Amino acid sequence: MNRIEKVFQTMKKEGKKAFVPYVMAGDGGLTSLKEKLVFLQEAGATAIEIGIPFSDPVADGPVIQEAGIRALNTDVTLKEIVECMREIRPIIHIPLIFMTYMNPLLAYGLERFSRDIQTSGIDGLIIPDLPIEEEEIITSYLDEVKIELIRLVTLQSPIERIAEITKRGKGFVYAVTVNGITGTRAQFASQLSSHLEKIKSISPLPVLAGFGISTPEHVEEILQYCDGVIVGSKIIELMEAGNNEQIRTLINATKLPIA
Amino acid sequence: MTTTILPDEKGHFGTYGGRYVPETLMQAILELEKEYEKAKVDPAFQNELNDLLRDYVGRETPLYYAKNLTKYAGGGKIYLKREDLNHTGAHKINNSLGQALLTKRMGKSKVVAETGAGQHGVATATACALLNLECVIFMGEEDILRQQLNVFRMEILGAKVISVKSGSATLKDAVNEALRYWVSNVEDTHYILGSAMGPHPFPKIVRDFQSVIGQETKKQFIKKEAKLPEAIVACIGGGSNAIGMFYPFLEDREVKLYGVEAAGLGLHSEKHAASLAKGKPGILHGAYMYLLQNEDGQIQEAHSISAGLDYPGIGPEHCYLHDIERVKYDAITDDEALEALQVLSKTEGIIPALESAHAISYAIKLAKEMEPTEHIVVCLSGRGDKDMEAVRSKIGGVKA
Repeated sequence: MNRIEKVFQTMKKEGKKAFVPYVMAGDGGLTSLKEKLVFLQEAGATAIEIGIPFSDPVADGPVIQEAGIRALNTDVTLKEIVECMREIRPIIHIPLIFMTYMNPLLAYGLERFSRDIQTSGIDGLIIPDLPIEEEEIITSYLDEVKIELIRLVTLQSPIERIAEITKRGKGFVYAVTVNGITGTRAQFASQLSSHLEKIKSISPLPVLAGFGISTPEHVEEILQYCDGVIVGSKIIELMEAGNNEQIRTLINATKLPIA
Repeated sequence: MTTTILPDEKGHFGTYGGRYVPETLMQAILELEKEYEKAKVDPAFQNELNDLLRDYVGRETPLYYAKNLTKYAGGGKIYLKREDLNHTGAHKINNSLGQALLTKRMGKSKVVAETGAGQHGVATATACALLNLECVIFMGEEDILRQQLNVFRMEILGAKVISVKSGSATLKDAVNEALRYWVSNVEDTHYILGSAMGPHPFPKIVRDFQSVIGQETKKQFIKKEAKLPEAIVACIGGGSNAIGMFYPFLEDREVKLYGVEAAGLGLHSEKHAASLAKGKPGILHGAYMYLLQNEDGQIQEAHSISAGLDYPGIGPEHCYLHDIERVKYDAITDDEALEALQVLSKTEGIIPALESAHAISYAIKLAKEMEPTEHIVVCLSGRGDKDMEAVRSKIGGVKA
C-alpha cells in the first residue's frame, strides 16, 4: 500500500487530522532541504509537499514565486532534487509529495520521471496546471509505479465535476479554499464551510484544504469541515524568518479538540 | 487536408494546444467555449460584430499594391494588407471587439488582458470603453518603458495599467500576471487573451476573429488579379495576425505561406524570440507548444526589438502547421526589421510597426526570388507610430 493511503487510514482510525506543510526544494540550497524535512517530520507533519521550482508558476502567489526564484538562482535542477530525495528518504518515514508544473516534467521525460521519483521514495504528485481533461498525458506512467496523482477541486468546480475528480483521485483530494493563487490571507469566503462539507459528502477520499491558510485559527476553523490542511506560503515565510516555534504552533492547532 | 476542422473537441491541433490550466479556471474556460459556439451561429451576435467592424473599426481594410516597394525589391509584385489602418492602428481590435462582445454575452462586467507592445492593450481598452466594461491591463515594466505612449493611451481610454516586474518584465510575465488575476477574479471577469495562444478555446476564438484578415484578402486579391497570390507573409509573436491571414488559405495548396519569427540579435545568439527555430515543445500558459526553454524545462527570456514579438512561445496551430510543413517559418533580425521599416517608410510613405517590419523585410527577400508575374501579400499588421522612440534611439534622428 502507498504510504499516503496508509497514513490516512491510520489517521482515520485514530480520529486525527492531517497537517501537510510545503517547502520549496532548492530554496536556501539543496543541503538545507534535509534539515527542513527532518524538522517538519519531528514537529508532527502528516506528510510534506515539496515544491519543484519553475520559472512561470501561474498558480502561485508572491511568497512561493520568490522562493522559486531563490531556488532557481542556485541553478538547482530537477534531476538534482530527485537524487537528493533518494539520499534523504531513509530518515523520513512520512509521505513525500512533489508539487510541480508540467513543463519541468516534460523536459525530464514523463516516463523516466515517474520511475525515478518512485525509486527516490516519492509517494505522490500534485500538478496545478493539469486538469482532468489533460491528465492522460501522465497517468499511465504514474499508475505503473504507484505514484498517487493528487487531484484538485476548487470553489468553481460544480458538483458533477467534484464527483468525477474525486472518483478518479488518489491519496487525498486537494480542496482549494479560495478563488485565487497561493498566499496568505486574512479570511475566507463565507461559503467555504458549505463548500468543504459538499466535497466531503461526495469524496471517497480524505479531503485536505489548502491555499491561504496561515493562522492556527484558520487551521481550527477549517478542520471542522475536512480531514486536514495544507499550508505553503506561511510555512515558507516562517522558515525564512527562522520562526520554528510558530510552525510548531500551526501544526499543533490540528491536535486541538474540535469545537 | 483536414486543417480547417482543427482543433479537435479537446482543443488539440495534432499534439499541440490543450487546456493546461489550474482547476479554478476550468469552469470559466468550459463556459467560454459553450458561449462562443452559440455566438458563432447566432446571427444577432455576428451582425453586431460585423456592424462594429465596418462602422467603428473601418473594415474592410485596403489591399494595396506597393508599386515602389516592388520596384525596390525587384521581382515579384508586393501587396500590403493594410491592418495598420484599423481603428487603434493594428489588427488586434478585430479580436478585442469580438471577445468584448462575448464578455457581455456571458454576463461578465470586467475584463483583464495582457499586452506586449501595447497594441492589444489599447485595442482591449478601446473595446471596453465602447461597451462599458471595466478593464485591467497587465504590461511588463520593460515594455512600459519601450511603449510609454501606448500606456498613456490605455489610461486615457479608462483602463487600469498594472506594471509587471517579475521575470523578464515583458509579455510572458504579463500573461502570467493576467492569468493569476483571472484565477482570483474569475466570477465576474473575462480574460481577453490577445494572441492565438493560451488554453483552448482561445487559440480557436482568436483565430476565428482574426480570420477576417485572410477572408478579405482572398476576395480583394481575386478581384484585382483574378487568381490567388503565390505567397503570403506575416510576422509571428504568439501568431494572431498570421493565423488570421493564413487560415482562409490553408486549403489553397498553391499559395505558399511564410511566418516570420523575430531573430533578435541573431539565431546564433541567445537573444532572439524564434520559438520554432530554436525551441522545443513544452507547456506554458495553458498550451502545449514550441517554447524557448533550457534543458531543465525552465522558460527562457525571449528578445526582440519589437515588444509584440518578444514571447518565448508560439500559438499551437502554428506549431502544427510547422510540423506538417504547410507553413514555412523563418526569422528576421532586429537590424533587418529596422532597415525594412525605413525602406517602407521612404518608398511608400507607410511607417510599419516594428513587428510588421519583420514581415516586410522577409517579403523583400522573397520578392527578389520571384518573377514579376508572381505576387506576394504581406500582412501589414500595425502602424509604426508607437515605435518611433525605440527606432530613434537605435538609428538616431536629426541633430539640432
